[in-house]
Amino acid sequence: MYQRLPEPGGMPIPFTLDGRRLEGRAGDTVAAALLAAGVETCRTSAVGGAPRAPYCMMGVCFECLVTIDGVGNRQGCLVPLQAGMAVETQLGHGKRELAR
Amino acid sequence: MNTLNEVSELAAAYDLVVIGAGPAGMAAATLAAGAGVSCLLVDENPAPGGQIYRGIGSTPLTERRLLGEEYWKGAEIASAFAGSAASYLPQATVWQLSPERELGISRGGRTRMIRATRVIMATGALERPFPIPGWTLPGVMTAGAAQILLKTAGVAVSGKVVLAGTGPLLWLIAAQYLAAGKRFDAILDTTPKGSWRKALSELPRFLASPYLRKGLRLMATVRGSARVISGVTALAAEGSDHLTQVRYTVAGRESVIDADHLLLHQGVVPNINMASASGCAIDWDDEQLAFVPRVDAWGATSVGGIAIAGDGAGIAGAEAAAERGRLAALDALAALGRITPEEKARRAAPIRAIVARYDRGRAFLDRLYRPAEQFRVATDATVACRCEEVTGGQIRDVVANLNVLGPNQLKSFLRCGMGPCQGRLCGLTVTETIARTRGVDPAEVGYYRLRAPVKPITLAELATLEHSEAEIKTVARG
Repeated sequence: MYQRLPEPGGMPIPFTLDGRRLEGRAGDTVAAALLAAGVETCRTSAVGGAPRAPYCMMGVCFECLVTIDGVGNRQGCLVPLQAGMAVETQLGHGKRELAR
Repeated sequence: MNTLNEVSELAAAYDLVVIGAGPAGMAAATLAAGAGVSCLLVDENPAPGGQIYRGIGSTPLTERRLLGEEYWKGAEIASAFAGSAASYLPQATVWQLSPERELGISRGGRTRMIRATRVIMATGALERPFPIPGWTLPGVMTAGAAQILLKTAGVAVSGKVVLAGTGPLLWLIAAQYLAAGKRFDAILDTTPKGSWRKALSELPRFLASPYLRKGLRLMATVRGSARVISGVTALAAEGSDHLTQVRYTVAGRESVIDADHLLLHQGVVPNINMASASGCAIDWDDEQLAFVPRVDAWGATSVGGIAIAGDGAGIAGAEAAAERGRLAALDALAALGRITPEEKARRAAPIRAIVARYDRGRAFLDRLYRPAEQFRVATDATVACRCEEVTGGQIRDVVANLNVLGPNQLKSFLRCGMGPCQGRLCGLTVTETIARTRGVDPAEVGYYRLRAPVKPITLAELATLEHSEAEIKTVARG
């Protein structure tokens, strides 16, 4: 689990994950907002289908890949959270991309 | 600084382009812009600071003692940069730096090619891969990741937390978490037992370095308030879809501890992907157990006009990084004809004295915190390449039975290092695993041959490049 420290935090930022309403704070990246909301597994691995979660939070490991506003494979730890963002987990074998 | 929001706002060419907004990059850009050259600093993150001073201008943790005085040193460098005349493009990816100093830069789905007379790469370090069984499980992350969460979002990893590994940063992160009122169920120290003895010869120089007081203070704080288990020789993360327990071995005896989170750290190594892809010579450094770009005393690489400053040119720490950034900037100013060689030497002298002071402690730290071989080389069942899910056993099998000599040949058989992280999380593991299997030195095995794009970009982004009439006609028919 993840806890926000009781410091005066930034403004609440509403967004959705797979259609579900969640809330982050101003200054969060997408990956940080997901973790703070208790969401760890953001995708399954391309080869073995194993669950994966953000690992480095600094843009090198590519474990935090999510779909943001329809664009797949974004590095969640590098994208600042914005109000109204539609974030999707990447579970399964890319059916969404095939359906296009 | 002049903050740019889109690649369309970039000039076609700059006197100096600095890549990376950590201490080295910020200090280099500030000094160069102060001399009147046109200077651009490009960075991947939303705000200046790099990783060590991540979120320095925006962290919600305003209570200074939480992150420690060392962290707040970054505020001075960041505010000097903010007051400089340099252009600053955040949230941008440099996906190519050619030896001719042509840069491909993307932001927000659009890309541009620009030119630079001089380039300073300040691309910093990343945490050394830590391939243990189960390290891909959700619930396992690097200790650095936990620190970034704390610095940028004021979010702390909570519940049953185990911190494991070795290195100065491990103790810093532990101290920061404890200061924030968090606790660890255990700190599993993997520093090999014999390390103190091997480091002893470097002790006198370390005693004269600024690291001594800082280090002792941190370790005393942490040991006073957390359960530290030393001499850990094996480590495994266990669970089916999420970590549930950590298995570890001390003095031949195995124990299990319940855990929701395992934070791993065993030092940092230079991030060499861009340097390597732009053709800079890279050497194996046996003291730092890493590949390090070959640079001179100014940070100049083997490629003309391209320098590296900070930890990307060999680990020396944040304070030294800022000074190394200034040295590279002085060299660039001299090459651009803005200062004389005499002025360059005169201004560099006091900077070199500071760098030397920090250098004194480095060899001791490298030896004391040299990670044990079993944590650098993946066991047979352990995933070495996280992207392509290749195990240590598969690598050994292919190397031994198919006489594979190095990591590039290995790609053909296992796709090792060909996933999105481009070898950043497996490169050192793969090189050392091949070296052990063949019974040769890692220097002989070498590293992945890296090419642009050094970060994945989409075809749609490439399609936004502007084309000249001639380029369009090249492919026109009829």
